[in-house]
Amino acid sequence: MIEKLTLDINGEQWVATVRMADTLLDVLREKLDLTGAKRGCENGDCGSCTVLADGLPVKSCMMLAVDAIGKKLTTIEGLQDTPMQHAFVEKWAFQCGYCTSGFIMNAHALVNQHPDATDEIMEEWLSSNICRCTSYQEIREAVKSVLKEQRFDRKRPRNRR
Amino acid sequence: MKRYRVIGKSVLKKESWDKVSGRVKYIDDHQEVGTLHVKLLTSTYAHAYIGNVDTTEAWKVPGVRAIVTGKDYPLLIGTTIKDRPLLAFDKVRYYGEPIAMVIADTEAIAIQAVTLICVEYKPLRVVNSPVEAYQKDAPLVHDQIEQYLIDQDADTTGTSGGIRPVPGTNIANRQGIRKGNIERGFARSDVIVEEVFSFKQSDHTAIETRCADVEIKKTGEVIIHSASQEPFEMRELISQTFNIDEGKVHVHIPLVGGSFGAKTSVQLEPLAYVASKAVGGRKVRLRNSREEDIVTSPVHIGLHAKVKMGCTRDGKLQAIKLFFLFDGGAYAERAVPVTKAAAFDCTGPYTIDHVWCDSLCMYTNHPYATDFRGFGRTEVAFGVERTIDIMANKLGMCPLEFRLKNAIQPGDTSPTKVLLNKSNLGDIRECLLQLRELIDWDRGQRIDISDRIVRTKGISCTWKNGDPPPGVGAGAILTFNSDGGININCAAIEIGQGTKTVLTQMVAEKMKMDVDDVFIQMEVNTQLSPEHWETAASRTTFLSGNAVLRAVEDAIRQLKRTAAIILKVPVDELEVANKKVYKKTSPSISIDFSEIVYGYIFPDGKVAGTQVVGRGTYMIPGITEMDPVTGRGIQGPEWGVVAQAVEVEFDKRDNTFKLIRAVSVADAGTILNYKGAETQVMGAMNMGLSFATREGFLYDDQGKVLTTQFRSYKVMHYGEQPEYIVRFIENPVKGAPFGSRGLGEHGIMGMPAAVANSLSLAANVSLQQLPLTPEFIWKTRLKAGEVY
Repeated sequence: MIEKLTLDINGEQWVATVRMADTLLDVLREKLDLTGAKRGCENGDCGSCTVLADGLPVKSCMMLAVDAIGKKLTTIEGLQDTPMQHAFVEKWAFQCGYCTSGFIMNAHALVNQHPDATDEIMEEWLSSNICRCTSYQEIREAVKSVLKEQRFDRKRPRNRR
Repeated sequence: MKRYRVIGKSVLKKESWDKVSGRVKYIDDHQEVGTLHVKLLTSTYAHAYIGNVDTTEAWKVPGVRAIVTGKDYPLLIGTTIKDRPLLAFDKVRYYGEPIAMVIADTEAIAIQAVTLICVEYKPLRVVNSPVEAYQKDAPLVHDQIEQYLIDQDADTTGTSGGIRPVPGTNIANRQGIRKGNIERGFARSDVIVEEVFSFKQSDHTAIETRCADVEIKKTGEVIIHSASQEPFEMRELISQTFNIDEGKVHVHIPLVGGSFGAKTSVQLEPLAYVASKAVGGRKVRLRNSREEDIVTSPVHIGLHAKVKMGCTRDGKLQAIKLFFLFDGGAYAERAVPVTKAAAFDCTGPYTIDHVWCDSLCMYTNHPYATDFRGFGRTEVAFGVERTIDIMANKLGMCPLEFRLKNAIQPGDTSPTKVLLNKSNLGDIRECLLQLRELIDWDRGQRIDISDRIVRTKGISCTWKNGDPPPGVGAGAILTFNSDGGININCAAIEIGQGTKTVLTQMVAEKMKMDVDDVFIQMEVNTQLSPEHWETAASRTTFLSGNAVLRAVEDAIRQLKRTAAIILKVPVDELEVANKKVYKKTSPSISIDFSEIVYGYIFPDGKVAGTQVVGRGTYMIPGITEMDPVTGRGIQGPEWGVVAQAVEVEFDKRDNTFKLIRAVSVADAGTILNYKGAETQVMGAMNMGLSFATREGFLYDDQGKVLTTQFRSYKVMHYGEQPEYIVRFIENPVKGAPFGSRGLGEHGIMGMPAAVANSLSLAANVSLQQLPLTPEFIWKTRLKAGEVY
């Protein structure tokens, strides 16, 4: 069965014609050419397809496209110059880059949802993604550096930049 | 040590921002309307005759454009022994082997049609381990090995050459090492230990699964896009297999989403070629699912190893006898080179005068194996380095002192009888000494934290020579932009290791210019780039680097020649820096690159020079063929060495453990990009610990692989990693770019052994199998009467 649907992605309205069985990942990649979310396992195990739905990370291979209607979706293409992207570059938190979109989306949501994330919370969130190139230590450093920066920013008086 | 401006600096990866903004287009991200999709039908048996393949129902699915079965192309291919059918046509030899393929409008349609194909199987007795394969009455995986062709091509010699399958057995190849006299060595030994080690096959699981696109044009040109480490070998293989002019086969490789050796084998591309042919040359895509990538495409080799070691009472190693039965799986492919390389460096970095090794690549009814980071060393080191610890323990010596005492030195010879010197051998003693400090070795190898918890440290030493075949090389072309910036064109493939960025650093260093003014194309195209031996064996920076440096010299020569005419200064008084050619003695006499890179025009219309195109080529010298029986020969330019340690916290009650700290001290020659090198080693260490503690296939008694998803095939996840510490010793190599040594693989090699040594001490039993799961440790302790 074919359905025409409208999705809210990165603040824009996108119209796509999809099969009912299409996952959000299928539609992002094949209908909308938003290929930042990757196919790694199509089984919800590796996290390389992670996008945000209403600010929370979801594995887009595990969500039907029709279930994404009405949700505010954010993909890696929607992140512009964010602290997390800078941190990944500066801390060498990727090598081949294939899992990176998913990791960044997850980590970006993490620091927004838990500005005071402890090591345990970081582990709970980030263990849902797999990276085969890095040692994860680089990713930890990247996320921690953003958390630290945010804390520093919060402490600064509002009238000064 | 020589100081450099750009070399050694942590220059960020050129493609960094593309990678963190989702802008990199890996192969599967390029999508073209009209591309047809291919899905494989794979075997549900590990060993069976196949009869009729009934495609009637599959054809009825709307959108199916073609179906190809093994009978349509009864071809045998392979880069070593040509033993592998493109699609199985007579029998299947492993669970997951491709039998047929459907080409359809969409992947979903192709999948639906594949499920409707019926295959008649007549199951055969299964060879379910390399030990079973070695038994006299074992079923034969290949009935008539003697009839197979062996690739005799010049550029597949070295570890891929001199291959001798043994007819009437499951032995695909036997590589020997005979150094000294093994009997005499054991006669001189006061203490002898003999142990058996093993682990099953596993998988690379790069997050990008393998994928290939093929299109055949009306002109007969074959356009291949693939995620691969070896476009040139692929081009040759496609050309030879299907009798097409090599000049008509064009291979494009975009950035690759991880490989670790997985993408050295050519498998999907010939299948996709046949698929495209079946639909009149239309563009087709064949993309592995995760399950196919784990089981249908080639895997990481398994091993059953016997290690016998002899030593004097005062701790001097005398003899080592090694017998390896590698689980190469159903087809020889690149399993054979791995098993040969394993023999060449079999002792690890120790002085041992009497060495005997037989390394057998066994055919089994398992998925077939290919390169895996470490290329045989990681596997062998697990057995040898565990035995070193067992020996030290028996002698009552400190395992670190024991290793120091036997550390290989300049003046010794390798198992392949190469005389070692300060250049071709890294300094393992210095690595060990630094390791001792970093891991606080002298504070104790075993510390009891509580009744239940114990903290232990284990170490290992490994080495690796890259083993390219004799005569391999690389080329590079430098072109200039009108502002004097430089573009590099070479066929080194970026798989995340950072080679491309390092090459721009080399050009910037030699040209004394800003690295931001040096550009490099990320994609490789065999039609445009000079030939480069595969991106493998930690040899890419060495080969491409040497070619690039020669291209820089060539460009500088041309720039100076033109500048000499304009500035009226002799060539040998000129120098280059900051995109200028200037007179050494008075730098104000200069001319910008921008004025001369496309030639110079005087006001009167005369011209000086022409466009500058730097050309550099390199061929690795001094590598010889390797004797199949004695192993004598020169397998590569240099041995990099690494000393590693792993500290664990072990719970004696439930046999669980936590990885606390892992340390590597590597002699990597001159470091070209510090953070790049450090993170390469750290990533490899993590992969090694993941392999050692979690990974490994489970097969049922019929050889079916049961672990084909990340849910059942567990790899390291965030939070499970220890703290990683990496240090380098910079002991430069002659003939290498800036004196660098190979580095991409060294971090993994000693990790399984080091963690096994640590856990063996903690659990008070000798752990001789991988993966080191709590269950396995518990079972071993149970057997030893350690737990009840």
